[in-house]
Amino acid sequence: MTATAEAPALIGSSGDSLREAFGKALAALAGEFPKLVVLDADIAGGTGVHHFRAAHPDRFLQFGIAEQNMMAAAGGLAAVGLLPVVTTFAVFCLRAVEQARLSLAYTRRNAKIVASHPGLDVGPDGGSAQALEDIAAFRAIPGMTVLSPADPLEMAQATRAMLEFDGPVYMRTGRSPAKRLFDEDHKFEIGKGQIVRKGKDVTLVACGVEVARALEAAEHLAEEKIDARVVNMATIKPIDAGLLARCARETGAIVTAEDHNIFGGLGGAVAEALAASNPVPIEFVGVKDTFGASGEPEELAEHFGISAPFIAEAARRAIARKGKGK
Amino acid sequence: MGLAKPITAKDADEEDKATLEGLVADVTAAARFTRQHAIAAIYHAGSGHPGGAMSSADILAALFGAELNLWPDIVNDAHRDRFVLSKGHGAPALYAVAAHYGFCSPRAALALRKLGSPYQGHPHVLDLPWVETSTGSLGQGFSVALGMAMGLKLQKSQARVYTLLGDGELQEGEVWEAAMCAAHHNLDNLCAIIDYNKLQSDNRNDAIMRLEPLAAKWRAFDWAVAEVDGHDISELLRTFRRAAATAGRPSVIIAHTVKGKGVPYMENIPAWHGSVKLTREQAEEALAALGAQRDEIREFLDDRNG
Ligand SMILES: [Mg+2]
Repeated sequence: MTATAEAPALIGSSGDSLREAFGKALAALAGEFPKLVVLDADIAGGTGVHHFRAAHPDRFLQFGIAEQNMMAAAGGLAAVGLLPVVTTFAVFCLRAVEQARLSLAYTRRNAKIVASHPGLDVGPDGGSAQALEDIAAFRAIPGMTVLSPADPLEMAQATRAMLEFDGPVYMRTGRSPAKRLFDEDHKFEIGKGQIVRKGKDVTLVACGVEVARALEAAEHLAEEKIDARVVNMATIKPIDAGLLARCARETGAIVTAEDHNIFGGLGGAVAEALAASNPVPIEFVGVKDTFGASGEPEELAEHFGISAPFIAEAARRAIARKGKGK
Repeated sequence: MGLAKPITAKDADEEDKATLEGLVADVTAAARFTRQHAIAAIYHAGSGHPGGAMSSADILAALFGAELNLWPDIVNDAHRDRFVLSKGHGAPALYAVAAHYGFCSPRAALALRKLGSPYQGHPHVLDLPWVETSTGSLGQGFSVALGMAMGLKLQKSQARVYTLLGDGELQEGEVWEAAMCAAHHNLDNLCAIIDYNKLQSDNRNDAIMRLEPLAAKWRAFDWAVAEVDGHDISELLRTFRRAAATAGRPSVIIAHTVKGKGVPYMENIPAWHGSVKLTREQAEEALAALGAQRDEIREFLDDRNG
């Protein structure tokens, strides 16, 4: 891809990584959000905000390799009326969770955190760089909205929605080229999941890069006459409990899929919601409480059990448990 | 901009030595009230950090009484000066000085650390309109103050940002991230004051983690550095003015203080740093040492629920 900040028509174009889609969208939205400032910790080329820097250097704030200070300083920028967007890798957001907690969430600042390079999708940089705990950490902070869009178009829409929303937000982007899943009439809304494939036997609830894999799994299952519904759950907090309850009632079994630890992420959020309303069999696809490793994202997805065949297998297990009380 | 305070040290230093002396007398009285009120609030709370409240009272009184372009009717003015208590455990002294200068009711502010009271153990921005940000995790208030200074500059505001740090707080790595960042961005609208009482929670700074050579550290980070007696109000006022006149660099004022200052049985004893429970007798002795009359002591200490 050779798209640049000067060509906003290419926002969300197929083959863009989620981070590129975010960076281009952010640059294109600068005029509409005059208070918007972007904070960087010497990693703009990695997070996609080099597009913003090129277009609006005066609103691009360099913090050096010092994420704790950057995160808390965003609280100060918001306090004086600006709209700060903190950008770094997801793993370095983890380093500044406590700053986000006190200086952004406890203070209810209108500040945004956008984390690139989450999960196994990071690939060759290896286990130290692959944040598999960030959704859990940020989801546990009161008042923090947590987003993980699935394709470049949705990422561009979510970037706008995040800026329009009043309050602290944590949003995951992604490093690797992302499949285009949605067409132009797709409409992202904070707090709403969407059924992106109809089905009645089981619901596959996924976020981020796992949505594409869940759709692929649904294709495999269709060959076995298993009719899998797929939900794109781009807002992990607040979770769309109404949609989940409906899917549980209508399909009787749930599978969650995420590029994250099986503990505390999307799976946890879905289980918490359904335990209270419609307890049905739930199977969790995610990284099984271990760290990642170097490799290409697709190899890693296979190795750590989050690729489409694993989602399909989890669906078979969930369906087999229906009505058995276990 | 709606900023029209009648007298400030800014005017006084240039115009009228007599005015400055009047300010010193006013600030001295404010500092005395601040200490008394903080002791009373900690007594009623049954916990709180008296040592640091005593050491920082003169600094806070000088800021609120003379330096800050901040008074109760402009707490929402975009161009007000900001104050951030980065050493959030100094909350009792902040509440007390704010009560003295009319930001809140002195009687209400005695409800320190009580369920349902806005006077939490550490200041919270959503509870009190004149608290600029929530603190209590050391290092963060400094970074937030930096963000405010950066944002005000971006918006071409003349407002200044002041933040008070504890000395033990300087052991947080985030402080030095912020120190490097503020100098890099030439934030000359940012002034940090260090309450350098040489003691921290468990022991002396130099027994826990040495801070010296402290002034040299800040100079090496390219800050404008001043060292003052943190209990000499006239010196504090003049130093704040010099800091405000410093162009191109942030300023740090290393204020040498005495932990527990004004209460002889607390002075320089680390045990009075931590959250302590004051007995009625201890509170009375402290208030008497701080110059409170017998009826004032009763007024401060008698049952607030009565
Ligand atoms: Mg100290």
